[in-house]
Amino acid sequence: MASSLRRYGRRAVSMCRTRKPAFSTSCDDTSLLPQSGTSINLFSAINQALHIALETDSRAYVFGEDVSFGGVFRCTTGLADRFGKHRVFNTPLCEQGIVGFGVGLAAMGNRAIAEIQFADYIYPAFDQIVNEAAKFRYRSGNQFNCGGLTIRAPYGAVGHGGHYHSQSPEAFFCHVPGIKVVIPRSPQQAKGLLLSCIRDSNPIVFFEPKWLYRLAVEEVPEHDYMLPLSEAEVIREGSDITLVGWGAQLSIMEEACLDAEKDGISCELIDLKTLIPWDKETVEASVRKTGRLLISHEAPVTGGFGAEISASIVERCFLRLEAPVARICGLDTPFPLVFETFYLPTKNKILDAIKSTVNY
Amino acid sequence: MALSRIASSSSRSHLIKPLTTALSLRRPISSLSSTDDTTTLTFETSVPFTSHRCDPPSRTVETTPKELLSFFRDMALMRRMEIAADSLYKAKLIRGFCHLYDGQEAVAVGMEAAITKKDCIITAYRDHCIFLGRGGTLLEAFAELMGRKGGCSKGKGGSMHFYKKEGGFYGGHGIVGAQVPLGCGLAFAQKYSKDENVTFALYGDGAANQGQLFEALNMAALWDLPAIFVCENNHYGMGTAEWRAAKSPAYYKRGDYVPGLKVDGMDAFAVKQACKFAKEHALKNGPIILEMDTYRYHGHSMSDPGSTYRSRDEISGVRQERDPVERIRKLILSHELATEKELKDFEKEVRKEVDEAIAKAKESPMPDPSELFTNVYVKGFGVEAYGADRKEVRAVLP
Repeated sequence: MASSLRRYGRRAVSMCRTRKPAFSTSCDDTSLLPQSGTSINLFSAINQALHIALETDSRAYVFGEDVSFGGVFRCTTGLADRFGKHRVFNTPLCEQGIVGFGVGLAAMGNRAIAEIQFADYIYPAFDQIVNEAAKFRYRSGNQFNCGGLTIRAPYGAVGHGGHYHSQSPEAFFCHVPGIKVVIPRSPQQAKGLLLSCIRDSNPIVFFEPKWLYRLAVEEVPEHDYMLPLSEAEVIREGSDITLVGWGAQLSIMEEACLDAEKDGISCELIDLKTLIPWDKETVEASVRKTGRLLISHEAPVTGGFGAEISASIVERCFLRLEAPVARICGLDTPFPLVFETFYLPTKNKILDAIKSTVNY
Repeated sequence: MALSRIASSSSRSHLIKPLTTALSLRRPISSLSSTDDTTTLTFETSVPFTSHRCDPPSRTVETTPKELLSFFRDMALMRRMEIAADSLYKAKLIRGFCHLYDGQEAVAVGMEAAITKKDCIITAYRDHCIFLGRGGTLLEAFAELMGRKGGCSKGKGGSMHFYKKEGGFYGGHGIVGAQVPLGCGLAFAQKYSKDENVTFALYGDGAANQGQLFEALNMAALWDLPAIFVCENNHYGMGTAEWRAAKSPAYYKRGDYVPGLKVDGMDAFAVKQACKFAKEHALKNGPIILEMDTYRYHGHSMSDPGSTYRSRDEISGVRQERDPVERIRKLILSHELATEKELKDFEKEVRKEVDEAIAKAKESPMPDPSELFTNVYVKGFGVEAYGADRKEVRAVLP
């Protein structure tokens, strides 16, 4: 609680260009920027993090489909040339094998950084993640673990991805004790969080917002830095309603906040960053202040992680809530090809829900 | 580590093998003077079939002038369709992910020539030309590509999800290798109903390394299913060359206990011969693998330029030496079934046909927004949205 209150104090809201997906970290945190970084996009920030991870730990490996020539999103560019084909290598197209291999590699004390080319392709590896990776430590009584495993996968809408290049599967993995799920919102966040994930002693699924790979550009420090896991961040302070989101959705929510402000509604926006184990304290403190909560994510609303946040906050803040918790999420349909904007939790949907929640 | 043993030696050169022997055509046994439909032309496939645990079929193939010309036309049409799809994608009229088939046309055309529409085909996402082969129209294809109502999946599937139920075409699947076990299910149903039909389950050399494939092979062999596993080996699983991804790129042998046949997938007649053989084999003895040695000219998908992991020389070499359309053109010319000009006119017609289909497809409306909620469950059971900007969703019970 104390730490989250401290964070309130130092956040000046600035961020966010007017263009929709170009969200960035509002960083007035001087500890993060001891030296000036260069302006880079999200895939370059990921690339920097991977370079640092391999440079600082000789037992770190990067592997996945097409990673040795840079990967389809260029996140692994230059790694194979610099660190060699023994540490950065292509795998066959076999997601189940990739993750299982990563579990074994990590069990020998290595940092296994696996790439699943799209989060939509992670399902063949579901068994390995849920049954092997997540429970290794528990069922061996702590003799073994695969804490060095980090699975990177681009997730989410991209404007025209269709059924199998757009899904947000994070909620499936949030139902699995033993793994962590982390999603960054901007280049600076991506670099710091990814390095934390790689060096964390637990297996982690790290979803990267592919919509922001090129669109999100901000200054990113060139040095090695880590951002704490399981710590949410209040990225915009407000007093009327709390909005909680993660990844690419935050930029949409930020726009809604700006529009609501014109109507005199003061919104507080929280980036959850780590979905499990998540920072209930920060969200709770905010809702105690505002009395209202809205959660937004791209995944379908039913069974989404928004449901878990809603339930937990209702448990903790029941008497303080002045309106039902609102969830503005993807619709309960498969991710569509032609109706993407209908499906997605757009700015207007959020704005509408902000108003009706505040005026409840 | 296995990767250190990358053998660059023989792996490259075999892509461009000189097929001059095959193309310097033997004179057919039959007379060339009469080219009416009853004439039988006989020649040999480009290269002999290589087999695994079975006796390969004969290299000698028979055809008619009519078939030869229809092969040319079908392949030219497919080629043109894919080139047009490329431009439409770049013009942002096609959204979603788009995987083109140009270079591999002989597989679709040769396979169709050997089987009936009662046989099933199931494939992955490189499905446009298979759909045409199964009797789909250009209009349905382009409308689907552009997400229009008139598309073969009502505009709801897009490039990767073409289907044609009455043509026995089961799609159109997005996840690498996932369609192959489905093919076993289709084949089981066929065997159970004793209707003497078979299923062709297509997958790429990349998918050949998926665990599901081996599960499917085992089931098919265990239950003697009439399933034909067609590995369309275009030598690159996305951006990774086959020999970097597979310990054994001899995909026709990888069924171990399942017989296999390696086929020149750039020779439509070799494909036809192999598919005919495979169908007979499958009905009698159970599954068989056909490895089609083929090549895609485009990158894996539209976001892949296709030139970072292979040389331009390699691509142009294949175009010059092995192109499936050019092979048929040479056959036609050498048999004097048509003049070069006639074939050019043929291609112009095809081009016009494609342009007309595109124009028509563009007139097809977008699907109604209510279609977002249909087909999630059976009709009348699903969800719908209402309220400001469709924010509210409610379940609709039957």
